[in-house]
Amino acid sequence: MIAFDRKLDVARGRIDLSHGAGGRATTRLTHDIFYPAFANDLLAASNDQAVFASPGARLAMSTDSYVVSPLFFPGGDIGALAVNGTINDLAMGGARPLYLSASFIIEEGFPFADLRLIAESMGAAARAAGVMIVTGDTKVVERGKADGVFITTTGVGAVAADVDLSGERARPGDCVILSGGLGEHGVAVMIARQNLGLGAEIASDCAALHELAASMIAVAGPSIRLMRDPTRGGLAATLNEIAQQSQVGFSLSESEIPVKPGVAAVCELLGLDPLNVANEGKLVAIVDPVAAPSLIEAMRAHPLGRDAAAIGTVIEDRHRYVQMETKFGGRRIVDWLSGEQLPRIC
Amino acid sequence: MCLAVPVRVTEILPDGMARAELDGVSMTIGVMMIENIAVGDYVIQHVGYAIARLDPEEARRTLDLIRSASTQNDGTTT
Amino acid sequence: MKHVDDYRDGDLARSLARRIAATVLPGRSYAFMEFCGGHTHAISRYGVEDLLPASIRLIHGPGCPVCVLPVGRLAAAIDLARTQPVTLCVYGDLMRVPTARGQSLLTAKADGADVRMVYSPLDAARVAEQNPARETVFFAIGFETTAPATAQTILYAERMGLDNFSVICNHVLTPPAIDAIMATPNDDGPPRLDGFVGPAHVATVTGITPFESVAARHSKPVVIAGFEPLDVLQAILMLTQQINDGRAVVENQYRRAVTARGNLLAQEATAKVFALRERFDWRGLGVVANGALRLNENYDRFDAEKRFSLSTPTMPDNPACACADILRGASKPAECRLFGTVCTPETPIGSCMVSSEGACAAHWTYGRFRDTADRPRLEPARAV
Repeated sequence: MIAFDRKLDVARGRIDLSHGAGGRATTRLTHDIFYPAFANDLLAASNDQAVFASPGARLAMSTDSYVVSPLFFPGGDIGALAVNGTINDLAMGGARPLYLSASFIIEEGFPFADLRLIAESMGAAARAAGVMIVTGDTKVVERGKADGVFITTTGVGAVAADVDLSGERARPGDCVILSGGLGEHGVAVMIARQNLGLGAEIASDCAALHELAASMIAVAGPSIRLMRDPTRGGLAATLNEIAQQSQVGFSLSESEIPVKPGVAAVCELLGLDPLNVANEGKLVAIVDPVAAPSLIEAMRAHPLGRDAAAIGTVIEDRHRYVQMETKFGGRRIVDWLSGEQLPRIC
Repeated sequence: MCLAVPVRVTEILPDGMARAELDGVSMTIGVMMIENIAVGDYVIQHVGYAIARLDPEEARRTLDLIRSASTQNDGTTT
Repeated sequence: MKHVDDYRDGDLARSLARRIAATVLPGRSYAFMEFCGGHTHAISRYGVEDLLPASIRLIHGPGCPVCVLPVGRLAAAIDLARTQPVTLCVYGDLMRVPTARGQSLLTAKADGADVRMVYSPLDAARVAEQNPARETVFFAIGFETTAPATAQTILYAERMGLDNFSVICNHVLTPPAIDAIMATPNDDGPPRLDGFVGPAHVATVTGITPFESVAARHSKPVVIAGFEPLDVLQAILMLTQQINDGRAVVENQYRRAVTARGNLLAQEATAKVFALRERFDWRGLGVVANGALRLNENYDRFDAEKRFSLSTPTMPDNPACACADILRGASKPAECRLFGTVCTPETPIGSCMVSSEGACAAHWTYGRFRDTADRPRLEPARAV
């Protein structure tokens, strides 16, 4: 029991293969790093599962795996991303997020200190959002077989009986509302990678959107057809997905789409389109146009929706094109990309 | 072709290099191909090198020309 | 963004567009080629064509270094990265360009080849500096605009004594390409082009002088234009006025950055390091005489083609591809039977689909809604 009783040397120690082997080292790791960071009784019960009462008739469930390089970036880290990202996936379905699981795949040699920072960041994000991380798992892989740490979170949330948000519900005439500026997460991470030689004070927008979503549902519940958070692939990918699901087209107005100057500048320098860049704290809502003004007002009253704007309308189009009137006065398609947008020089 | 953006020189560094910025985004670029480069100059940056100096006076003239061309047909600029 | 946003003003665009509409002669049509991919991109991205009268047609030229890069040269680089212990540094633009059997730099990287994206040639030299025991090869592409940066980097490598750094030079030149376009007749005679929107950033380096002989040789007006959409509109107005007046001279719309003689220091660097390539097989255009650069004999040791005895296979495009006609304005992208069927930006068959600046890729990505007969009538999106 000596090994078990010795605390981890968090300041200097590193993950080795024993921490994923399910023995004492694994238990030590969970007790010293994860339990204090996540701090709740369901987890501390140390069972193979968490047992909790079902809060309502309808549950939402979502899962996502998080890989990001670098693991720490201005405005967040992989831990905050893993908590907020899954909360957001639940919230976009109108759910009140309740419980999360967290599964870690850690590379041999990863510093305990970094793991603790990540776990504490997850705990803080969960507490701020009023959710609990109630179960989890840890595996360790050999050096070189992962990039530091990968995290998978699964979330469960409760959906009120009268809430029905779904990707196929957009109808011609509906209004498209965006909660704020585009591209901040993608650009912040790109700059943090430091291989572009660019410096800028741009922070990721990483944030939990469930309160904003709840306040929107409170104001305009039945008038909201659907909500999405435009993460990878950006707003362009999100709207193209909705166009396919709902069998409609979109007409956007570029001049209404908020983009911060620093983000616009980085996109200009690297030849990127902010519409294709990832966000981690923005949502797009498709709503009945009648409800749009009051909804935008309600969104602007929330810190995460201060720059909310109506950016376009749903139109009838059997080609399912997302079109945009440019600031310049012409029109173009807003296409989705086949892969990650890469910096270009020509 | 040739993605190039006007940036403002903020600091001259040794060996033909300089710091430059665009709306708060800073970078280090080669300015050895621009004669008498000075802080405050706008240069056209392409693949990490300044390839031309931007002449603010000519820029103003071009915009004036565009504005006057725009007003010639109907006497207004919308 | 200073010196950028001013040239994207929608109100000025609309009134300038009205001016253009008032300038075109009734019953006359105008066909202008924008040589540069940068212009093609601006035109597509800002929807400039929607602001032009129907009698003005824009033809998207071959001025995109990714599009015109012979596939064989990329295949040779990929092969080098796969078979030799080298680090291959490339611009992000090239990562997805397919060669034979769907291979690309991205798939080579996935297979374990050491391929790195760089944003500047200097970054590639830095990779060489940081890994002195390993060969670093920079795959250089670009027109006269980009060649000086490559030259400066080679000069830097020389100064620093970097003997593990070399370059595969694919730099190409603008005036010979314009000559090639004008020299090749279509099925029904020479290409019908009334004038050229001339390259902005190429001209910052070369000056306007080389384009004076282009205008004279072909009796076509050339207006050197900036890459912002208002620049393009103003250049179109200037070209229209020249046509109406029966003039065919070079005019400089991009006076804020382009001078008559260009950037002499940049020209000097290019001349010091490079020499003309007698033959270079432009994708989509075919062999262009003296249309490309290679490292000259004084810089042999930085020439990766010599260092690694690279041979570049000829890889002809699909015979059904209409790129050659599209580049000369004889066909429109949507008229090619490969367009949008087997040839898309994800699976490009011809040069015009390869990069977002190619005529076909730009049309597919930004403009293909214009091809649909039942194009929905759109009301401008309104703010609430």
